[in-house]
Amino acid sequence: MSLPIAGAAEAEALSANTEIVTENTLFSEQIFKINNFPITNSLLNTWLVVLAVIIFSLFLKTKIKLVPRGLQNAVEAAIEMLSGIFDSVTGSREKTLKYFPFVLSFFVFILLNNWLGLLPGIGSVGQVAAEHGEKVFIPFFRGGTADLNTTLALATIGVVFSHIFSVTALGFWKYINKFINIKAILEIPKKVLREPTILVVNPVKVFVGLIEIVGEFAKVASLSFRLFGNIFAGEVLLAAMSAILAVGLPIPFMFLEIIIGLVQAFIFAVLILAYLTMNTAEEHE
Amino acid sequence: MDTVMLAKALAIGIGSIGPALSIGYIGAKAMEAIGRNPEAAGKILVPMLLAAAFAEAVAIYALVIAFSIK
Repeated sequence: MSLPIAGAAEAEALSANTEIVTENTLFSEQIFKINNFPITNSLLNTWLVVLAVIIFSLFLKTKIKLVPRGLQNAVEAAIEMLSGIFDSVTGSREKTLKYFPFVLSFFVFILLNNWLGLLPGIGSVGQVAAEHGEKVFIPFFRGGTADLNTTLALATIGVVFSHIFSVTALGFWKYINKFINIKAILEIPKKVLREPTILVVNPVKVFVGLIEIVGEFAKVASLSFRLFGNIFAGEVLLAAMSAILAVGLPIPFMFLEIIIGLVQAFIFAVLILAYLTMNTAEEHE
Repeated sequence: MDTVMLAKALAIGIGSIGPALSIGYIGAKAMEAIGRNPEAAGKILVPMLLAAAFAEAVAIYALVIAFSIK
């Protein structure tokens, strides 16, 4: 359970007999406001990650040499391994190189967000606020991906961009026919004399295209809920284990969460890449 | 109050039966494949993880529902 560190004294000053409520909420909580725009504790964490990525990239940029050593070597090895895995998804090195920066940013951002949520101090340092007559503990930081808004935004960006890439790769006519199959309708009067079965087959094709539209929304929902659910469940699991026995017991679960953070970031990136490849592939006739 | 706790327990309890069986099946089949062809271990790992994630997602949906029952 999260321990109220900051603000514990002022809570005692308020009244000594009511207990401070600490619970894992499904939603992130507001810390402060900028012109009616609420800044939540998850948003603060994502800003931290963005800052860390920018500083690391700028630091690495100044040290790039033709013959890699040390840190550059490690980063290059990781990137090479990832691009090897991405090759097996896209099927060609050319496509991998085209989408690599886009997918890698997802991977790095989600991975750092997942891991940052596990650090001590995230979720345990905060303030005590009065809500509905109860004193509620509000942490200053909360894992960025433990908020549905973050994961929903990430999934939406990924799926929308897969459509934009699809339009640029296939052209608008081929793209729109994947979903609203105008071509199949236009084909009916042309071919109906030669193959009468087209009267049945092509309306089915049109209907399948419409179902694809629903599938796109399902992609966003499943991507965002998977990431959010895994990370949030991890936080609750750690809190529950700490409540049973705070010494030693959470350590194996911490390792589990580190692995889950890596696997979920990887799965998110690979799925986005798979959607990109699916949407930019030519349709088989 | 009691029925709320019962609903939460049933949501996650019943919801995790299917994913548990499917993840076990995925792991078993992957190991069978590696046993037949040990060189393919690296190629099997990524699709296996993806399939496991799809199966696991169902359990996570149940978990989210269990958390959101008030």
